[in-house]
Amino acid sequence: MSKFRPAGAAALALFAAFALSAPAEAAKRDNSLRFAYDQVPENVDPYFNNVRIGVIIGQHVWDTLIYRDPKTNEYKGQLATAWRWTNDKTLEVDLRQGIKFHNGEEFDADDVVYTLNFVSDPANKSVTQQNVNWIAKAEKLEKYKVRINLKRTFPAAIEYLAGPIAIHPNEYYTKVGPKGMNEKPVGTGPYRVVEHVPGKHLRLERNPDYFKASPKPQPTIAKVDIRFIPDRQTQVAEMLSGGLDFIMNVAPDQAAQMKAVPNLAVMSGETMRIVFLQMASSEKTPVAAFRDARVRKAINHAIDRQAMVKNLVGEGARVLNTVCFPSQFGCTDEGATVYPYDPAKAKSLLAEAGLAGGFDVDLYSYRERNQAEAMVGYLRAVGIRANLRFLQYAAFRDQLRGGTAAFAHQTWGSFSVNDVSASTPVFFKFEDDDVTRDAEVRDLLEKGDGSVDPAARKAAYREALAKIAERAYTVPLYSLTTFYVMANELAFTAYPDELPRFWETRWK
Amino acid sequence: MLGFAVRRIALALAVALAVSAASFILLRLSGDVATAIAGEGARAEDIAFVRKAYGLDRPLVVQYAEWLSNTLRGDFGTSLYFKTEVIGLVADKLPVTLVLGLASILFALAVSLPLGILAALHPNTWIDRLCLALAVLGQALPNFFFALCLILLFSITLRWLPVSGTGTWQHFVMPTLALGYYVAPAFMRLVRAGMIETLAADYVRTARASGLSPASVVFKHALRNALIPVVALAAVQLGFLLGGSIVVETIFALDGLGYLAYQSITYKDFPTTQAVVLLLSVVYIFLTLAADLVNAWLDPRLRVA
Repeated sequence: MSKFRPAGAAALALFAAFALSAPAEAAKRDNSLRFAYDQVPENVDPYFNNVRIGVIIGQHVWDTLIYRDPKTNEYKGQLATAWRWTNDKTLEVDLRQGIKFHNGEEFDADDVVYTLNFVSDPANKSVTQQNVNWIAKAEKLEKYKVRINLKRTFPAAIEYLAGPIAIHPNEYYTKVGPKGMNEKPVGTGPYRVVEHVPGKHLRLERNPDYFKASPKPQPTIAKVDIRFIPDRQTQVAEMLSGGLDFIMNVAPDQAAQMKAVPNLAVMSGETMRIVFLQMASSEKTPVAAFRDARVRKAINHAIDRQAMVKNLVGEGARVLNTVCFPSQFGCTDEGATVYPYDPAKAKSLLAEAGLAGGFDVDLYSYRERNQAEAMVGYLRAVGIRANLRFLQYAAFRDQLRGGTAAFAHQTWGSFSVNDVSASTPVFFKFEDDDVTRDAEVRDLLEKGDGSVDPAARKAAYREALAKIAERAYTVPLYSLTTFYVMANELAFTAYPDELPRFWETRWK
Repeated sequence: MLGFAVRRIALALAVALAVSAASFILLRLSGDVATAIAGEGARAEDIAFVRKAYGLDRPLVVQYAEWLSNTLRGDFGTSLYFKTEVIGLVADKLPVTLVLGLASILFALAVSLPLGILAALHPNTWIDRLCLALAVLGQALPNFFFALCLILLFSITLRWLPVSGTGTWQHFVMPTLALGYYVAPAFMRLVRAGMIETLAADYVRTARASGLSPASVVFKHALRNALIPVVALAAVQLGFLLGGSIVVETIFALDGLGYLAYQSITYKDFPTTQAVVLLLSVVYIFLTLAADLVNAWLDPRLRVA
């Protein structure tokens, strides 16, 4: 709610000055946690929303076949005990026995088969098609064994099975469908839903029967109350008045002020969302100057990424040299050309390209306006007369895909998928968001995406990323951070996937 | 009189239709609905799928005509975002907004009537200036800022009231103050002006000369006439409060119609936006009509029209 921000920031300064304490004692006493988020999921069924809070709820209420340890990135069995590729397009999965859904329904192969076949059928209108559109069909082999047939070679399938693909109880889901699942969600996860008032709150209670073999630690906090509070200033006020114990996505300036409040702790954490400048250099580009690599390199040299991270992005962010998040499988900057901040070099490259007098260009942006404005300043300093065009995301993407925009302040969160196939190929594999169209890069990415051999994948991605950097198709900038504010009695760990794990959070 | 009423109702329907068409067009002009529903990262085929699945690939006129035809039959459709019947959504949220709107208008009247009368009885004195200052402050303060100041005082410093939510009557106190104080100045100025005018009227002078008590002159004779425009304004302001509580509902996380409107616009959920806009415009039109009738009841001279 940016329109409230100026006055809100002033009020926050007053809040911080007046707040004497934030009594989270009551919450601590009854071992509960009160958390607020600004977005409302249209449906808490993980396949029928595409907002972050939906992912957070999904991971607490449901389980996935595979689990990725956020500390080591190692894959562990969750509802599955083992899995193996029988060929490039077939995965066999052994399932864990003795698990029950929150409604008492027993978990077995029927649940996995029904869930995967239901959500991957476009007729059922799952809104997260990109998470499931690689599944051709799931088959039951035995009561606790399934086969998943893929439409194409897709090595990142394991990562998806460890992330957004939650398993529903087949009998209940057949009966109630996504609508009923939203009203009364049922999973196998560490928390069960005791009340859901859409648009207002969701009350979770620790699942007393949560299976001990789960790689998710047994939850210690007994109750989690998730409230939907749209205005961030109100969330801050609730924290200061003791009405909440945990909020996230707090603006850096607010977080800095809240550090001064007794009884509150502020934590910053890097996220998987990367930021980069996209320059349309394909034949159809509306800005001919971007066809010249010297111009693209000049732009790379013009922006002081270190200073931006230090002054604007905040603690926890890091400068990137390639268009992917470093922890993603296959992401590396090994062999990638690095362009240090050097405005003099930028000017000389522009002069070499015959643009000593600079040129006019529109920079399209849809979020972190202050960062986009800083970049406009850097570009103007080397003679590039950039004009900021700040749009809503849908309009921003339409302009870019439609070929009207050539220069974009782009960000990408990879849906928290820890595999490079969820980031770089989106912008370089001749798909909708590829404004470069380099066949050599595309083929290397195809090679990486199309193999299940980890070494071959890594080599192909490394080469593709090096070529992208050498040809300066983008300006890789930095990762973004998010700020969490919480009662300081809360023991919480932040991870780059921006998923607060309340099952491992506890009161000190 | 019957012809007048029929003309007014026809005009009201035409206004409601125009409002719904305008909101339909404006919502579509603000960006592609299918892209917004598909979300970040959706590929062209995903967006195309959403467009077809929700019937957004048909011409705008066809979509609008279908919506209108269904609405006339009482079917407001299904929310694109919440995937539930729009009528149910609106019915769920309406009570919160009604409570807030009515409480705010009562608060505004409770503050503005005494202040307006006081200012009129002491024109151009420090009392008048103080009342004027309070009125100016009410209109000059953006209600979101005033709301945050209230939170600071009552929730953070004094810890008397909860910041947000709708669980108890205490949750409605600050939203009522924030919303009511914003409309109170208009009433106060109107009461003051009306009272100054009527207090100078011949019949009031006659009432005073006949030895009636000052209270009787002010409340029985002057105030009744001064209140006529206030009644009309109260009806219009109630309509404004019902439709204009978006910011206050959002700040205090009140799950009402204003917040639903905000959400539906944000998520390009046009069936919900259309229903909310239509409902609010009909309420507004109805209240304006009701104001005319009440005015005619209070002032026999207006019944001629």
